[in-house]
Amino acid sequence: MKKRLSPLETLRISTLAAGALVMVTPFVYMVSTSFKAQQYVLQIPPQFIPSPATLSNYERILLRGDFGQYFLNSLFVAVTATALSVFLSAMMAYGFARYRFPGREWLFRLLLLGLMIPAMMLIVPQFLIAKWFGLIDTLWGLIVFYVAGNLALNTFLLRGFFEALPQELDDAMQIDGATVWRRFTGLALPLARPALATATIFTFLATWDEYAWALTSITSPENKTLPIAIALLQGPKGTQWGLVFAASILAITPVIAVFLIFQRHFVQGLTAGAVKG
Amino acid sequence: MPRWQTYVAPALFIAPGFLIFAALILFPMVQAVLMSLYDVKVVAGAINAFVGLANYARALTDEHLWLSLSNSGLYMVLTVPPQIAFGLAIALLLQKTSPAQPFFRVLYYLPVVTSWVVVTLLFKYLFADRGLINYLLGLQVSWLSDRWTALVAISALGIWKGIGWSMMIFIAALQGVPAGLIEAAKIDGANPWQRFTNVTIPAIWPTIAFVIIMLVIGGLNVFTSVQAMTDGGPGGSTDVVLTYMYRQTFTFLDFGYGSTIAVLLTALVFALSAIQLRFFRNESTA
Repeated sequence: MKKRLSPLETLRISTLAAGALVMVTPFVYMVSTSFKAQQYVLQIPPQFIPSPATLSNYERILLRGDFGQYFLNSLFVAVTATALSVFLSAMMAYGFARYRFPGREWLFRLLLLGLMIPAMMLIVPQFLIAKWFGLIDTLWGLIVFYVAGNLALNTFLLRGFFEALPQELDDAMQIDGATVWRRFTGLALPLARPALATATIFTFLATWDEYAWALTSITSPENKTLPIAIALLQGPKGTQWGLVFAASILAITPVIAVFLIFQRHFVQGLTAGAVKG
Repeated sequence: MPRWQTYVAPALFIAPGFLIFAALILFPMVQAVLMSLYDVKVVAGAINAFVGLANYARALTDEHLWLSLSNSGLYMVLTVPPQIAFGLAIALLLQKTSPAQPFFRVLYYLPVVTSWVVVTLLFKYLFADRGLINYLLGLQVSWLSDRWTALVAISALGIWKGIGWSMMIFIAALQGVPAGLIEAAKIDGANPWQRFTNVTIPAIWPTIAFVIIMLVIGGLNVFTSVQAMTDGGPGGSTDVVLTYMYRQTFTFLDFGYGSTIAVLLTALVFALSAIQLRFFRNESTA
């Protein structure tokens, strides 16, 4: 016999489905438009299944523009900044979690202050600092500020995790003659893998998508990252929407893939931040 | 050895990260406040004149700044309640574990992980004169060429992109509500609505407070979506505080005034957060 859903259950699922439709329709329409030629993108009635469908937007993005360069720039910046930020944060978090020293809480509070300050408040002085160090319009100029901007959150996230690790293992290794560094890299880091994964994912997303600082700092075409390259695809009159969305889809695919693969860590990371914060 | 244990070892772990943090986050914080007291000249060799609170006096009487602030405030008012209400409603519908749960969770969370620039351009396209929204609603509205309709479009984007975040946090909070409490209320004859208002809401109250505070901060700090959707247009009427600050700084090169606006906004955000923290704390002990 077929299992029947109760009326309440049916209502629940259909409400959820209606909501999900609202969330997903814009994406579907974006994918559809990326396969349309310019004369069809604002056609009325709108087409959800493009006819005629064309690959010309993707061809132009992949073969004719500097999209590959922007993609590589974004990848280099996001991967380097994420690796550095997570590693430095892990060191800091370990220092805060494993040692008691005068001024510890005071230092940590300064770090928390960085969590509360809106990034945009700092953009003016940061611009002048970057200019002073010759970091304007360079990829490393993006990287160092992305590293700095993500330190506070990651340290906060990882400190709690390191504090929860059993001290006995650490003591046992110390008795066996392991140095502090050995205990950090050989014991603490491997045990903290789930928390490191969470920190890595969030930092990667934040740096891959960052817009305001890149917009301010980058002026040369060859140093553009994806968000500014995509924003600049809009023309003053008559944006080539098919082109914009073909580029957009190529840019968000890696992020969505990362999200789908590591969903579990997203939930954990958000929970850690929300429940403790 | 004790000295090593107390000072040197933690310093070696903390110093590299903290120095970067101090130089690129803490120092600019102080710098922003200092710069707001100067007429900053960006030209090499020029000397910055100390102007005291003149930038602040200017801000208080700057009508466009007040307009920008009212737009930021309106955005906040239009986006925060729906994100809470929808986020919580969906979380309630999703809390029961079922095969469909992860599927729906992913769909609702998808906009959160998508870059702001991409979703902003997407909404600009949907709200275009000949776009999907007008077609579906049977309207002929030129959404982005009027202050109020443009703010509606920008707010719609903010809600759509933010629901998944609050949903995810509420799901986690709801899982922490002891099932025994709900059962006990059921036995006492409470109907579902009473169980929700008398058991669930108090149990997740700290999370609701956290989400509201975070969303208020985020709402006042709205920038990318406005910048990419209207860039403050038409005629600056949809400027929010940060787009106005950005233009003062990087178009008019008035770094001192730009810093003043940034400092004022930060002060406002801090004050609002402090008031809310007090309020929510009193609520939960009452």
